Amino acid sequence: MTGGTRPHDYPDVALRAEALESLLVERGLIDPKVVDGLISRYENDVGPMNGAKVVAKAWTDPAYRRRLLADGTAAIAELGYTGPQGEHIVVLENGPAVHNVVVCTLCSCYPWPVLGLPPSWYKDPAYRSRIVREPRTVLAELGLALDETTDIKVWDSSSEVRYFVLPERPEGTEELDEEALAALVTRDAMVGVGKVPAP
Amino acid sequence: MHVDGIHDMGGTDGWGAVTIPPDEPVFAEPWEAKAFAFGALSARLSGQNLDAMRHAIDRQHPHDYLADGYYGRWLGCVETMLVDSGVLAPGAVVARARKLRGEDVSEPPDPEPNKPDYQPTAAGSIREVDSKPRFAPGDRVRTTPRAHAGHTRLPRYTRAHTGTVVAVRPAQVLPDTHAHFVAENAQHVYGVAFDSTELWGEGAESFTLTIDLYDDYLEPAR
Repeated sequence: MTGGTRPHDYPDVALRAEALESLLVERGLIDPKVVDGLISRYENDVGPMNGAKVVAKAWTDPAYRRRLLADGTAAIAELGYTGPQGEHIVVLENGPAVHNVVVCTLCSCYPWPVLGLPPSWYKDPAYRSRIVREPRTVLAELGLALDETTDIKVWDSSSEVRYFVLPERPEGTEELDEEALAALVTRDAMVGVGKVPAP
Repeated sequence: MHVDGIHDMGGTDGWGAVTIPPDEPVFAEPWEAKAFAFGALSARLSGQNLDAMRHAIDRQHPHDYLADGYYGRWLGCVETMLVDSGVLAPGAVVARARKLRGEDVSEPPDPEPNKPDYQPTAAGSIREVDSKPRFAPGDRVRTTPRAHAGHTRLPRYTRAHTGTVVAVRPAQVLPDTHAHFVAENAQHVYGVAFDSTELWGEGAESFTLTIDLYDDYLEPAR
């Protein structure tokens, strides 16, 4: 794509990434094994499946739920989830009375240890611009029609505090164990743009 | 220096509908994964920090910011940080890219190292501070209209508005000075809740907007 301050034949992002890599490797500044390890970690090991386990445990273990709401960072670390973008995690509980939804209007702040890297829509202008101005409309467009009596709380992640939503446990899940519950939990529910669907 | 750039998107109009693609991969293209990894290593490679990285994204030309997409912005900020720190010469990445596609171009020699004279006092952004928090939950506060140049984490839509402190967060380094290697300036951070009508006027949808704001951004309000 051309425009802005660049000439028409400006190399595209893929080629510039390759160029940067070759410059850094040539100077011995990066180890390709470290690069591959980082990529693999966030493609395979760190993602919303971690957060889903936190949620399922909170749904089945009242003492854990209390610890999670009191000190999210520590309770999440109990399950082994720590690392970058998780220095201080605050857990917000969704229910019929209050619905929390999380955004970063300035960039893409997101609780990596529990949700992995943010999805495209979370980083796109439409979400970042509108969720802080017309959240009820945006949530309805995404299929989440909230009751008029539900208070909406929007959290803009501007400091190093990260927010993680504990969604409401759906009806009809009384018989399910922690593992089966975790399989139900969606990334979108843990950001606050959806609810966990009943099985 | 750009400060109130394209990145400050809260409340801006015209972006259309939010769409959530199903089953999206973590990285849509192999180069995105590489850009992510270089970004994750950028502070170490450049001798800078996370706030400087964000500032390097915020300074991008609005057209490039949108055209390059998310990981393109990461790629761009890594290049900016490495050039600013004298690790790579200006134009080195584009020259190498042109060479890779077969153009006959000369590459610039490496510059003199120019890493900032800066060492963090601890890992991460959270710090202990000796002073007591200036505000407590329930206190009314007003945000500054923001006059200083450079990086900030006070979005435009929250400036010069009155809200209520709802939480005292861990103290943190101030991005406004840390991004420029002036000082960590560790200080208290508060969760501040604003009524939607305070931000957007009468007729706004009913909701509460809460944002974490650094002590420097706040003054007492009635």
